[in-house]
Order: sequence, then structure tokens, then C-alpha cells
Amino acid sequence: MSDGDSSDKDRGAPRRWAEGGPERLYVVTGGRNRPAERVALDLVALIVARGAPGPGAHPEQAAILRMCTNPLSVAEISAYLSLPASMVSVLVGDLIDGGQVEVRAPASAAALPQAAVLEAVIDGLSRI
Amino acid sequence: MDPQPPEPAPDAAAPLVIKILIAGGFGVGKTTLVGAVSDIQPLRTEARLSDRSLGVDDTSGVDQKSTTTVAMDFGRITLHDGLVLYLFGTPGQERFWFMWDELASGALGGVVLVDTRRLEECFPAIDYFERRRLPFIVAVNGFDGAAAHDAEKIRVALDIAPDIPIVQCDVRERSSGKHVLVTLVEHVLTLTTKPRRATGRSAVLATGRSGGCSPP
Ligand SMILES: Nc1nc2c(ncn2[C@@H]2O[C@H](COP(=O)(O)OP(=O)(O)OP(=O)(O)O)[C@@H](O)[C@H]2O)c(=O)[nH]1
Ligand SMILES: [Mg+2]
Repeated sequence: MSDGDSSDKDRGAPRRWAEGGPERLYVVTGGRNRPAERVALDLVALIVARGAPGPGAHPEQAAILRMCTNPLSVAEISAYLSLPASMVSVLVGDLIDGGQVEVRAPASAAALPQAAVLEAVIDGLSRI
Repeated sequence: MDPQPPEPAPDAAAPLVIKILIAGGFGVGKTTLVGAVSDIQPLRTEARLSDRSLGVDDTSGVDQKSTTTVAMDFGRITLHDGLVLYLFGTPGQERFWFMWDELASGALGGVVLVDTRRLEECFPAIDYFERRRLPFIVAVNGFDGAAAHDAEKIRVALDIAPDIPIVQCDVRERSSGKHVLVTLVEHVLTLTTKPRRATGRSAVLATGRSGGCSPP
């Protein structure tokens, strides 16, 4: 990975620049990696592809679509692609905008999980 | 790669996800614990903290902005009924991991791993969970040669509330690691069935652990 110097320069750039078409989407190492306006995806947000990558797909995004046939967490995508989670979050964010993936966010931090879920976790752990 | 079904049904397929943090000082056994209980080989992910999240004033020029990369390993346990646990081991040497807000958000709780020979190294982790109001338990990793300690002595030394479980473990053992996780989830269950009360220990925090010196 390159260092983060160049990526910070784009912090104030307008957000909708990605509309110009897939070729302009990203230079992975030079683009923004922490868009302020989009909420970062949680590390355990599960990503599911809605279809196969098209012919012009950006390589990293095509890889994400291929590995997310079954739900996969942002953290796992990050590990398999050796990309920072923040960058995976950006790549996945544009796939979400394009309707190519769906995301299932983890349960809200504010609400503690229901007792039944916790009991299922305890039960599950004692079985494995 | 196989071609993919055009319209999978993600809602039906996506499991319920639970995130647990494994924290503690440098070399205390976090990665070992994650590896012992995980279905998969521990994986590695990183996040970049911009200097904004490091709390530095934004008045400096663009060129002076810096980022810190925080790496952490994680594992996954697939339980029955579409339940998946993700375990994240916080980086022990990294000074800035506690600034990583996304880490704690949505987490069920945390395990603070402790080596009794270097007790004070877990203070930042305990402070982190207390500040974030994230439920946690203490797991004492019994390294060879480290004397088994009385849990209540550890409680006093760590200055933690009486209801926080303290368990002895050997993180190299899968069954022991599982017991640690069950203890945490049971603790969270207790908190959900009891009304949460204010701890009112900020004064203690200010004079004790946060000072960075040895516990009273
Ligand atoms: N004897 C013994 N060794 C252990 C035990 N737990 C961990 N170790 C060893 O201690 C070393 C450090 O363990 P790690 O799991 O890498 O510790 P960590 O907390 O992930 O370390 P950092 O990520 O570097 O902070 C490894 O060599 C482990 O094999 C234990 O219970 N007994
Ligand atoms: Mg480690």
C-alpha cells in the first residue's frame, strides 16, 4: 500500500464525482479513502452480491462481488484483499449505490441484544 | 469462479452477526485466543486513523496531515441458527487503537486479557470499555510460571466493579477460550435482565488507573 498522503487531499472533494462512469471510479491508491459524508460501514457489516461483476468492473470491486456470493463481512473482505477497512468501505459504498451489493448492518449499538439471542449464543458456543 | 445467481435472497441468507473485542496489553495472548476459538485462521484488517480522529487541530495545512494505520486480527465462529460471532483482537502495541470508534460501535462486549505479572498493561483496555460503556469481563491468562491469583485481589488491583466476572483461562485451549466467551455473553445477559445502574466511579478512575501508575 502507498502511504496516506495523497488520499487526504481529496477530503473536501464533492461526493458525486463517481457518476462519470466506471472507468473513472477509482485509482485505488490515489482516491479518497475516508469520505466524510458517507457513514463508514461497520467491520462486521455483511455484504452480499446481487450479481456477477460486469466486464468493465474495477478489479477490486469485481473481486468483492465474486467473494460475496455468500455474505461476507467488511473485515474479511479487507483481509482477503489486503486493503484497509476504510478503503473497502468506500469500494463497497459505491457498489451499494450502484445496486450491485446489499448490506446487512449489525444490530445497533444502542440496543443491547435481546435475551433470546444471547441465550442462543451461549447455547451455540457450548455445542461447538 | 462460478457464475452467480442473479438475484440471491440476502435477507434469508444473511446471518445475525455479533462482534466481540479481545483487548489487553502487548503479548498477553489476544491473537492466541482468537485463533484458538475461531473457525478460520485469524485474519488481519487495518484501519487508518486520520489526525482528525487523533484529536489534532485541523488548522494545519493539508500536507501536514498524517495517518496512523491500526492493524488488528480477527476470527469468526459460526454458531447454529445463522448466528456468527466475530472476534477482534485489539493491537497491543498500538497507542491509538482506542481512537478507533468503529471498533466498539455495535460490539456486544469485550474481554480484557490479563497477565498477572504485568497487570497494569491492561489498564488502557479497561478504561476504554468503561468509557465506551461496553460490557466486559476480565480473563486472566495463566502463563506458565505465573502464580494463580485470587480473583478478588485482581479486582481490587484493577479497580473494577464487583459484578464484573474474572475468569482464569489458558488461551491456547479452545475449550478454555470458549468458556471465556460464554462468561462474557452471560454477563451481558445479566445486564440486559437487570436495570443498568450508574457506576459513579469517575473519581476513582481519575486518581487510579488513568494516572498510569501502579494500582493502589
Ligand atoms: N506459555 C504460554 N504462552 C502463551 C499463552 N498465551 C499466549 N502465549 C504465547 O505468548 C505469545 C504472545 O501471544 P499472542 O497471542 O501473540 O499475544 P497478543 O496479545 O496477540 O500480542 P500482541 O498482538 O503483539 O499484543 C505467543 O508466543 C503465544 O504462544 C499461555 O497461556 N501460556
Ligand atoms: Mg496479537
